[in-house]
Amino acid sequence: MSEFLAMGGYAWYVWMAYGACALAVVIEVAAVRARRKRAFDELRMSATPPRQSMLGARGIR
Amino acid sequence: MLINWYRFSSPVSFYPLAGSLSHATGVLAALLAGAGLFIALFVAPTDATQGDAYRIIYLHVPAAWMAMFIYLVMAGWSAFALGFNTRLSAMMGQALAPTGALMAALALWTGAFWGRPTWGTYWAWDARMTSTLILLFLYLGVIALRNAIEDPRRADRACALLTLVGAINVPIIYFSVQWWNTLHQGSSISLTAAPKMAMTMLAGILIMTAAAWCYTIAVSLSRVQAIIVERERGASWLESLIAVPEA
Repeated sequence: MSEFLAMGGYAWYVWMAYGACALAVVIEVAAVRARRKRAFDELRMSATPPRQSMLGARGIR
Repeated sequence: MLINWYRFSSPVSFYPLAGSLSHATGVLAALLAGAGLFIALFVAPTDATQGDAYRIIYLHVPAAWMAMFIYLVMAGWSAFALGFNTRLSAMMGQALAPTGALMAALALWTGAFWGRPTWGTYWAWDARMTSTLILLFLYLGVIALRNAIEDPRRADRACALLTLVGAINVPIIYFSVQWWNTLHQGSSISLTAAPKMAMTMLAGILIMTAAAWCYTIAVSLSRVQAIIVERERGASWLESLIAVPEA
């Protein structure tokens, strides 16, 4: 296992490269998910008519 | 059976297709990446000259190819957007830019960490590296231009123009190793000649490239769905996407 991680002495270079790619994928997928969530939340906000919103539920006009 | 492709040029018809394609390619990307990484790290033999440092090739080549390909695809969508004035073509260009920028950045990063142990330097101003840096700047420029223009349709036209003007950079990157004396090596893989590398290495590179392709398609189609929802505000078909609770 430690031999695998050592990458023949080139551990720093190999794992900085692989690590950056892994991080990039995680961040991009998370960012797209966040963008979708925000888009749908805003859609829900704009689609909900006033009397069905929280204001209406509390009986406030 | 003939498919009427033109119906997919409308956001309402394209949206569900984007969803299914995104899920399918996402799964495929995960499977291909799993297989590719297994080959890259465990199966492929160690290089005689470069040792295990060469394993960065399995990330660097896919990232660099994707950076170039995505830009060409963006340029294609931009040509459609300008030629046919379609919103969806511009939205596809908009969806691809962030992923393209990421691929260009990763190509430069992985290249730097491969260059240090093999060439002795993280960076050199040679033709290929410089033009790839310019490619990254073009991607970031298109994204910045999009954010700078208020009106989405004006932004579409401006970004499409910038994308098309910048497209000349892609053949420059590709042919730079032939045209100039560069630090970067010539191409190891050709469509016409036998590859100059071991078959397991070639298989690993091709599988990782396919994984990168599927990942790109999955992410950009998911992103274009978000963009459609953002930009088609007011269209009644969007309401069917969300469950509006009855009071």
